[in-house]
Amino acid sequence: MSSKNEMLDKIAKNKPPKNTLPELLSFGSGERKEWLEQFSASSALNGGTTIVVKSWEEIESYLKSKFDLDKQTVSLSPDLNGNLDIASILDPHDLEKVELAILEGTYGVAENAAIWMPEEKLAHRALPFIAQHLVVVLESKNLLPDMHEAYRKIDVAASDYGVFIAGPSKTADIEQSLVIGAHGPRSMTVFILDL
Amino acid sequence: MKVALFVPCYVEQFYPEVGIATLELLEKYGVQVEYPLEQTCCGQPMANSGYQRFGDDASRVFMENFGDYEYVVAPSGSCTLHVKEHVLGESEVKVYELCEFLTDILKVEDVGVSFPFKVGIHASCHGLRGLRLAKSSEIVGDDFNKPRTLLEKVKDIQLVELQRKDECCGFGGTFAVSEEAISVRMGMDRLADHEDSGVEVITSADMSCLMHLQGLSKRNQHPVKIMHIAQILNGAKPS
Amino acid sequence: MAKTITHAEAAEAFLKDADRTQWHDETLWHVRTKRDTAAQKLPEWEQLRENASKVKEYVLSHLDELLVTFEKNAKANGIEVLWAKDAAEHNQHVYEILQKHSVQNIVKSKSILTEECGLNHFLEDKGFDVVDTDLGERIIQFNKQVPSHIVMPAIHLKKKEIGDIFHTHLGTQQGADDPNYLTEAARNHLREKFINANAAITGVNFGIVESGGFVVCTNEGNADMGTHLADVHIACMGIEKLIPRKADLGVYLRLLARSATGQSITNYSSHFHRPRSGKKMYLILVDNGRTEQLGREHFRNSLKCIRCGACMNTCPIYRRSSGFSYNATVPGPIGSILSPGMDLKKHSTLPFASTLCGSCSDVCPVKINIHEQLYQWRQVVTEAGHDSAAKKWAMKIGGKVMGSPSLYDFLGKSARSALKLTPKKLVYSRVNTWGKSRDLPEPPKESFKEWYRKNRKP
Ligand code: SF4
Repeated sequence: MSSKNEMLDKIAKNKPPKNTLPELLSFGSGERKEWLEQFSASSALNGGTTIVVKSWEEIESYLKSKFDLDKQTVSLSPDLNGNLDIASILDPHDLEKVELAILEGTYGVAENAAIWMPEEKLAHRALPFIAQHLVVVLESKNLLPDMHEAYRKIDVAASDYGVFIAGPSKTADIEQSLVIGAHGPRSMTVFILDL
Repeated sequence: MKVALFVPCYVEQFYPEVGIATLELLEKYGVQVEYPLEQTCCGQPMANSGYQRFGDDASRVFMENFGDYEYVVAPSGSCTLHVKEHVLGESEVKVYELCEFLTDILKVEDVGVSFPFKVGIHASCHGLRGLRLAKSSEIVGDDFNKPRTLLEKVKDIQLVELQRKDECCGFGGTFAVSEEAISVRMGMDRLADHEDSGVEVITSADMSCLMHLQGLSKRNQHPVKIMHIAQILNGAKPS
Repeated sequence: MAKTITHAEAAEAFLKDADRTQWHDETLWHVRTKRDTAAQKLPEWEQLRENASKVKEYVLSHLDELLVTFEKNAKANGIEVLWAKDAAEHNQHVYEILQKHSVQNIVKSKSILTEECGLNHFLEDKGFDVVDTDLGERIIQFNKQVPSHIVMPAIHLKKKEIGDIFHTHLGTQQGADDPNYLTEAARNHLREKFINANAAITGVNFGIVESGGFVVCTNEGNADMGTHLADVHIACMGIEKLIPRKADLGVYLRLLARSATGQSITNYSSHFHRPRSGKKMYLILVDNGRTEQLGREHFRNSLKCIRCGACMNTCPIYRRSSGFSYNATVPGPIGSILSPGMDLKKHSTLPFASTLCGSCSDVCPVKINIHEQLYQWRQVVTEAGHDSAAKKWAMKIGGKVMGSPSLYDFLGKSARSALKLTPKKLVYSRVNTWGKSRDLPEPPKESFKEWYRKNRKP
């Protein structure tokens, strides 16, 4: 008998009496105007920075002031410029020297600052991990209160791959001291475009 | 109201004053207390050691003594829990730990005693998480604490906040012996938390935890005093 | 065969270093308090736990059907699914995949399952270079240790010790122990490993039946760094990791990180549904004792575990004895109810490494009745005879005494007077373990019953 059948047989024999599947949970979503504040607070706790802006120009000038844009910069946002043409990259290993990746997020979750990044928004799955710094732009109208709403809104299986990114790469494996920049981004900046 | 008093074996043998305080306290609230003379032990020492089957005779004796009462009250959260979970079976008998009996059934409002000391409450785990005498620190929800509610009614008492309000003391029945090293360490840590917070008297709804803490504090000549909550509520003072 | 060390012996050895014990206890207690803060912020916390527990109950009671559907959906997504009834078969599957794709360099993110299967040793013996990429795991891999905690594998080590390990293996400055500096050294070292890896092995936090995908959670992003660069992704998953619906993730992701570390979510929650084009994705479904545990009525709920580690952080015994004292892949309370099912004799002391305080059950995000299962395992251990004859004898006598009111009264009285009459030196002799560090209560002049007869009953 194959292992599969052996395992399935044993389960059939050993499983408890059938239980019913509970309904999905959903909670009152609170005030929309609180979501932005919640998002910023959560993002800070995750080791990231959230900046609310009114225009793309604001983002641009912030980036200029904070990052060395002469280093390799990939922008997947039509409104912001990079200096590396992502279309020219076929192998993700060639992203090794990327200093800054600028991406557009889909939905952001207020309770934990997680932003849903499906593969289509990444060009390469490796991009938001391999870059030294990560910037994500999110429109304030795309904030959701909590994870229940997020899964209601997003079909996570519609993309081959997708990831909730909530902050920079971090670790606390050495005596519980928080260190940002374990393997991936050393910083994550979220711009919430509040038009 | 008639109540049968269950006095756990170690209280019976080593801490009769706790049994007496419980009895007097209940009488003070107008309860008719009977103490079935043939009672022994709930069988928990065997059961928690993995020998529930050797506790069957103890369970039988328990039911012979208490099976005909409506209410049974015991000054021990741990024994009460064991009886409820492993002894009563289908029986209709209602077994209460003393504090919950006072707050939930007698609905005691006035205790009429004074206790001018700094008191630390040791939350015994079986009472806390088994009987839910209080909300444990892990659970999210409305706060409640039955032993504390009672002590708050005592005049002049100063209830002290601890660093870890419901950490286990490390008694654990035969654990105290089979895992002696860690049991002692847990007890010493608990004592330190109380003492660092300025506690003069440690109290609890379980004498077993207190026996362990008292054994440690005496051996190490700590000044902190140990009293069962029934004694405080019954007007006793630290000796 | 060498006698297996008991938990009590291992704990005693650990406790000899009082300062380290205090440090270990406080470090983990700190994590527990962070968890409390995070949980207390959600008024719906208990509802989430209840739901998570019930959904897992559904999974366990439909596990065969769900696995079949899950496999079908995963295959339709282009994921190759393999079944392994035990650790050996799991390791063999991995080995064959690696051979088929001529893999030499492997990066691996955290997976307790692969620890359970002894995968690293198996592959190293076959000449592969397996690099654990989670920082904590890399540290203990250098140090030739196993994880002492399922979420924080190197929690037993102080930064000074990690500095020494890195000095030896990564050439960091001698004596340097700044976490930022050490992490940077590991980052550079591991980047190179990521770039050169041909295969990435990951664990699985949740397998989604409805969509045939799976979710992997990390803070470091190491699982993603590995899988998105390597040509082959092998995901190893215990069969109990299923959840029926995509939207169930809402509950579990809210609970997992909060319970584990007090974060509202891990920084990366990656949802894998299909391989990158032209690349390979394998999923190995592992039994290794799980189907058997499913058949144990009292213990099957242990399979609900989502490996958050909260029961370890809260356990007053774990905090004061460290993970190694359990001598098992999964330490702490949950380990103590899982391990006896794998090898009852070897792990027979684990169910006794607890005061049954119940903190583990109250903290557990999927509401596993851990302390009640510890109690039940104790009964099983003694029934199987894996307990000392002396204790069994004492318990039997105890039971007899408690079953006889007259004997009980007689012996109680004798014991009290004996205690009074015996010289202190004898009372506190070596056989009295209680008295090693504790005084016995002063024997009173009369028992409660004697008092009662005099004062109440005629
Ligand atoms: S048993 Fe519960 S608390 Fe312990 S690791 Fe598993 S899910 Fe977390």
